[in-house]
Amino acid sequence: MSDPLPHDDAPHAVDPRDDLPNHLPALRAFAISLTGNVALADDMVQDTIVKAWTHIDSYKPGTNMRAWLFTILRNTFYSHRRKHKREQPDPEGVHAAGLYEKPAHDSKLAMTDFRTAFAKLSDEHREVLLLVGASGFSTQEAAAMIGIAEGTVKSRASRARARLCALLGMEVGEHMLDGIDGSTAAVMSRSGTQAA
Amino acid sequence: MVQGMGTRMTQNEQTGKRRKQGLNHQIDENLKRVYESALQEDVPDRFKDLLDRLREQEVRK
Repeated sequence: MSDPLPHDDAPHAVDPRDDLPNHLPALRAFAISLTGNVALADDMVQDTIVKAWTHIDSYKPGTNMRAWLFTILRNTFYSHRRKHKREQPDPEGVHAAGLYEKPAHDSKLAMTDFRTAFAKLSDEHREVLLLVGASGFSTQEAAAMIGIAEGTVKSRASRARARLCALLGMEVGEHMLDGIDGSTAAVMSRSGTQAA
Repeated sequence: MVQGMGTRMTQNEQTGKRRKQGLNHQIDENLKRVYESALQEDVPDRFKDLLDRLREQEVRK
């Protein structure tokens, strides 16, 4: 390890806590997507901020602060889950907050269906998909945050995707890629051989 | 024919794999949409107030 920043001649070094406000939108997005419940999400974000503030010494300057904060948030989430019976997702509250009012995109997957299916996943499956699929963390970062091996992250994400497809009523090879009949599939699989 | 591959996939397996990749791509796009729609929300004032309070408490120490 290289030496940390020189402390001695920097008594007024930048306080990493000054950076907290910049991470609030991402923390909240993670919490809301994880719980499906805005009120619960905001309480968890509040706990996360207080913990981060009081335990800032455990943050290593120069490392990924967002990953550190997300780790606190997911720990908060799981300890909350242990203490309380799991609160129901509150899709109506989420609608009321105007969060899910995005116009429909031209997608074969209706967002409403997707959100409903996503909410039915286990917490662990939602978590891993949000970390690696949505919020842009690497497999390595996600593994460190969850406290599992990278290979476990990959297999868990894979199972989560399969579960999501099952909930959406889609098996691999059905529905999603319309218009693929046998001959097209044969062509695609040949080009797939070259691409792979 | 590709030779020498002990685990050469059948056409069905290859087709299945491509479709799975297409599915995963759509899933990731939808996941990003779920996350980003929450990301675009304004952060409630309570969090800014909370940070102000924490800072004040520390100054008073």
